[in-house]
Amino acid sequence: MNPGEVFFFLFGAAVLVSAFFVVTATNVVRAALWLVGALLGVAALYLLLGAGFLGWVQVLVYVGAIVVLILFGLMVTRAPIGRQRLETGEWWLGAGVSLVLLLLLSFIAARAFPGARISLEGSALTGTGLGIFNPRYVLPFELVSLLLLAALVGAILLARREQ
Amino acid sequence: MSLPLHFPLVLAAALFALGAYAVVARRNGVLVLMGVELMLNAVNLNLVSFWAYLRDSLLAGQVFALFVVAVAAAEVGVGLAIVILLFRTRETASFEEADLFRW
Repeated sequence: MNPGEVFFFLFGAAVLVSAFFVVTATNVVRAALWLVGALLGVAALYLLLGAGFLGWVQVLVYVGAIVVLILFGLMVTRAPIGRQRLETGEWWLGAGVSLVLLLLLSFIAARAFPGARISLEGSALTGTGLGIFNPRYVLPFELVSLLLLAALVGAILLARREQ
Repeated sequence: MSLPLHFPLVLAAALFALGAYAVVARRNGVLVLMGVELMLNAVNLNLVSFWAYLRDSLLAGQVFALFVVAVAAAEVGVGLAIVILLFRTRETASFEEADLFRW
């Protein structure tokens, strides 16, 4: 087992344990805090795979912005903080769907690429900027900025109090 | 130093399955949104793994993952606005009681 695999198992175990507590926590604020752990673990995996820029974007946007937004959402909706039923009556349906997805996807993923290995040598921190600002990606880049603007306007319009 | 390609793929499958469980089984709207975030992260992990495998010069996997992050930010903004609106009109953040269109 080489160092890359050791670090992968370390970060992967952290991601899976945190994600498990996100979906099973009986306290909504704790679920949000476990989500921070899962997202940080995924960011560490990006760094391990050589996608340094994306890893730090993950920390900045997900941990810095989205989790804070979710915590604000919990505060504004006065979500139940104490112990109480957070699952629907059909939680067994969710467990079944989840189990089938897990078995099917991991079976396909494990069988589809026999012997394929990812090389972990070298990071592409400088290359990513050039990749994003490649002229090929100008149109999707502008479209995403329009989408964010539309979502912002829509969110304000939805959450605004009627006068 | 290298890593079998299917390790991150299986991890992403497990993350996706956990997110799907949260989306189906959780009542609170904010917890459902957290499940969606987990699923989007699983997809991003797949994109980055295949980029690391192929190492294409356009960095397509990484750029796609960045676009997914931007769309996820838009999604969580609109989603939380809907949950807040639901709480204001129905006094609850539970998706089970959002049944205005059910008959």
